[in-house]
Amino acid sequence: MTQTAPTKQPNWFSRLAHPGVYLNWSAYLVVPLIIATIITFGIGLWFAFFNSPADYQMGETVRIMYIHVPNAWLSQMVYAVMAVSAIGSLVWRHPLADVSMKAAAPLGAAFTAIALFTGALWGRPTWGTFWEWDGRMTSTLILFLMYVGLVALWSTFNDQSKGARTIAVFTLVGAINIPIIKFSVDWWNTLHQPSIISTEGLSMPASIATPLLIMMLAFTLLFFTLHMVAMRSEILRRRANNLERRHIAQKMDVTS
Amino acid sequence: MNGFTTIIMQDIKLAIRTGGSTITLLTFYISIGVIMPIAIGPDKQLLAFLAPAIVWIAALLSTLLGLERLFVADHEDGTLLVLTHADISMPAIALAKLIAHWLITALPLILATPVLAVMLFMDWPTFVAIILALLLGSPALIALGGVGAAIAVTLKRGGVIAPILIMPLAVPILIFGISATSSLAGPGASNAALLFLSAFSLLSVAFAPFAIALALRTAAE
Amino acid sequence: MIDLGPHILFILGSYIGAALVVMLLIFGVWAGSNKQKKRLADLEAQGIVRRSQSTES
Repeated sequence: MTQTAPTKQPNWFSRLAHPGVYLNWSAYLVVPLIIATIITFGIGLWFAFFNSPADYQMGETVRIMYIHVPNAWLSQMVYAVMAVSAIGSLVWRHPLADVSMKAAAPLGAAFTAIALFTGALWGRPTWGTFWEWDGRMTSTLILFLMYVGLVALWSTFNDQSKGARTIAVFTLVGAINIPIIKFSVDWWNTLHQPSIISTEGLSMPASIATPLLIMMLAFTLLFFTLHMVAMRSEILRRRANNLERRHIAQKMDVTS
Repeated sequence: MNGFTTIIMQDIKLAIRTGGSTITLLTFYISIGVIMPIAIGPDKQLLAFLAPAIVWIAALLSTLLGLERLFVADHEDGTLLVLTHADISMPAIALAKLIAHWLITALPLILATPVLAVMLFMDWPTFVAIILALLLGSPALIALGGVGAAIAVTLKRGGVIAPILIMPLAVPILIFGISATSSLAGPGASNAALLFLSAFSLLSVAFAPFAIALALRTAAE
Repeated sequence: MIDLGPHILFILGSYIGAALVVMLLIFGVWAGSNKQKKRLADLEAQGIVRRSQSTES
């Protein structure tokens, strides 16, 4: 058992993860993260537009991939972040895990929306249609619906700390289901149409991999920056709520 | 009689005494079978072709509709709070409630399927296949819906949110259920879809009681 | 600027669309952060601070 007894000094992780302490140390990271994000985006976009050739199969539309692939990657990574936070919330009942879960949900929804939107705009010139019930697109769409459901779920709770554990349960049920959904959709897809169109097996020379990887790094940095700022404001929001509540309680104490 | 069967019998008795909800659900299920031909047109071949999809969508929507109040009533009258202090574990309670709910809602729906089969001009092999697929798939529907219902307990408002949350998770049931139906009835029958459907049902019935127990415990706190 | 070929509208469209969503996201997070900071500042101005910060004993 790794559970720390209350008398023992908490380990370094739980000390860093205490909301108040988190506010202190994360304050030093926000500005460097913003700068790193901007620089990486600058380099990535320069590569994407000025220093990369057109793909011999996709042509110039390969440039859409530099946005589409990072966001498709984020759509899954953000859910992984939420699932890990959900475990933290359920097992250790850690308030920072609740905050992390809540801050990640709208970000994941937005990145998934970008992935879908750019996917559609890439599909029109490449496949001749905005939407194709392709395995990946369909499971991304389902993932988007799950994000929207989670955002809606967060908004229905008045007492956020109580809602967190319920939402953590649902987040984990979703995390277990995502691979199954992916499998079932892929299976369904091969059943209904012999895969004429596939993004697999496309060769990727270094001239395309470089901007792609830089853009993936840039979007990942963007997520972590926004996530950190959103977590900080959620902690502040809870603090303000508590102060208001205490203030009202004190007032009622005085008058009575 | 132990606590597990007591809960099941209690729920069934309650459902028989109050009656209404099962009949409402059946009416809803059959209504979809009436509305679809009106929307699509009385083309025999087309309806027969679409029949498995229509029946599955009807089953999915009816189950989600019926699950709305699975735990809410127990939460409101305090039964849930009493049950948390009973000497039977919370996941076992959840499983008992799911089994009871399957008997009250899913089984009547499956029994009413012949009506839909007639209205949608289903042929005999398809009918047998869909009954089999519904029997194997409905436990997963109830189990997943139970998770949604347990989450809905903690919500003060927002009745529609549970179906919205559960719908994406039910996609594998729909996919495997419909392809099991068509592959069993069609030429070159394969059991793959039916096996996946059963596996998914087993998995959900095994995991859902724990998720439901977790959610209900937070609600009772 | 390089020639983006016949599909320039799709390429620029996805970049502009993505930029709009990202900007909306940044604005939302930034506005949320400011709102909470302002709330805490207002509370502090009224003399309502956390117990650990209060100087009076």
